[in-house]
Amino acid sequence: MLNALPDIRGYEGTMQASRETYLRIAGLEKRFGDTRVYNALTLDIMRGEVVSIFGPNGCGKSTLIGILSGIIEADGGSVSYGGKTLRDTRIGYVFQNYREALFPWMSARQNIHYPLKIAGIPARERDERVERLISLFDVSFDLGRYPYQLSGGQQQLVSIMRALVVDPDILFLDEPFSSLDYEMTLFVREQLQKALHLTNMTTILVSHDLEEAVYLADRVILLSRNPSRVVDIVPVPLAWPRQPEVVASEQFVALRARTLETFRKELRN
Amino acid sequence: MSRFERWKQIGQPLIGVAGLLAVWEIAAQSGLVDPFLLPTVGQTVEALARGVTSGPLLGDLAGTLDRTGTSFFIACVLAVPLGVALGSSANVYRSFEFVIDFFRSTPASALFPLFMVVFGAGDTTKIAAATFGAGLVVLFNSAYGVMNARKTRILAGKVMGVGRLRLLLDIMLREAMPQIIVGMRGGVSIALIIIIVSEMLIGSSDGLGYRIYAAQVLFDMPTMYGVIFATGAVGYAFNLFFLILDRRFIHWGGK
Repeated sequence: MLNALPDIRGYEGTMQASRETYLRIAGLEKRFGDTRVYNALTLDIMRGEVVSIFGPNGCGKSTLIGILSGIIEADGGSVSYGGKTLRDTRIGYVFQNYREALFPWMSARQNIHYPLKIAGIPARERDERVERLISLFDVSFDLGRYPYQLSGGQQQLVSIMRALVVDPDILFLDEPFSSLDYEMTLFVREQLQKALHLTNMTTILVSHDLEEAVYLADRVILLSRNPSRVVDIVPVPLAWPRQPEVVASEQFVALRARTLETFRKELRN
Repeated sequence: MSRFERWKQIGQPLIGVAGLLAVWEIAAQSGLVDPFLLPTVGQTVEALARGVTSGPLLGDLAGTLDRTGTSFFIACVLAVPLGVALGSSANVYRSFEFVIDFFRSTPASALFPLFMVVFGAGDTTKIAAATFGAGLVVLFNSAYGVMNARKTRILAGKVMGVGRLRLLLDIMLREAMPQIIVGMRGGVSIALIIIIVSEMLIGSSDGLGYRIYAAQVLFDMPTMYGVIFATGAVGYAFNLFFLILDRRFIHWGGK
């Protein structure tokens, strides 16, 4: 956790996701008009693990984290956040569209401060926490600038910092790289990998890019078309930290092939 | 920017001004236009200067600015909060949309007789009519500014646990600010128009509108032209003020 950062443990070796279930999704129901998006979806997420959600377009990947973060209301079922309700849970959420998610009337630094301000944390403590968080990232740009003066990757990095600054119990990432070019994606992905492991953050990443979904995840959850159910859960036993070259490794290619095969089979049905 | 470009930027708009003055002067001097209807540039400037230094023009200007400013101020104080409140609920705004659009499309001058019955033939009527006209424009723009706030920004606030009131003040109002300034710019122009017209029509003893009207009745054409230009300058200054305000402080418009 961020507050206990002084004893940073390195993130070498495999991820230390505990075997303790954090998020318990049971019998989740959601429909939009006549479309049943979720019909009794059940899923467990471990504390401290990074899970990618992958599935065909329109299967409700974003709807799922929308429901889990309270943006969208479910029609039925229950979600437990480590025994607590959503009300008592701190949520971090990173939107796909960083340009519309950041507040352009505030500087990047003020954007990161804002959630702490909302939480009623005094200015001095806010400063400390923001500085500590910034030190986790390679921030080579001026945080005093307005978001629209930064590049896309820098803006998304600010969004990620804004989501992490409250030391959330769980972090949701909704297609965080899909508005970025490849170079920026690599940069933000590395920063994110490091931050998630240093903070041991329970994370759910929604992605339509298989490589990305596998790269950052401890497990990849494959969803089917509507009504979505879990088709397969693919563990990703690659060592941390992962280097960009890992995508060319035999193990990675085999994992991706297996996932893709399951995905194709599912689409044919 | 090179020195040439800088001079070009300043100089270019002046070409139009010089052209207009030249055409005016030629038309007046050559006798193409009846010299009584169109005094020369010099005569007009002289009449304007005389009006300012030894005549009533400064008082007229003060009167018009006072009425316009008062109506615009009241319009903003009432219309910005109301517009933001209406806009924060699309359903509520839809219920009032027709009424707002209807009165926004009604020339405020059509309401002069009504306001005169209610407020009498004095400054109150002028200010009420101008407040009404300006207020609707500010109201409409404020409401639209809030309604068009980026959904993602509002969601971002909600996920952070921002309460309803702060969501409105910290996020929606900021989002609406560029549009509110657009409304204010339109509103102050309308307030000025209504004040000038009402100074001509509704019992006045000062004001730029009254002075234009009085000069016409007295066939004092140089003064009439001079005050018309003075009125234009006031309108232009208001416009410029809001443009600068927008560029300086509302830097995030469209971002």
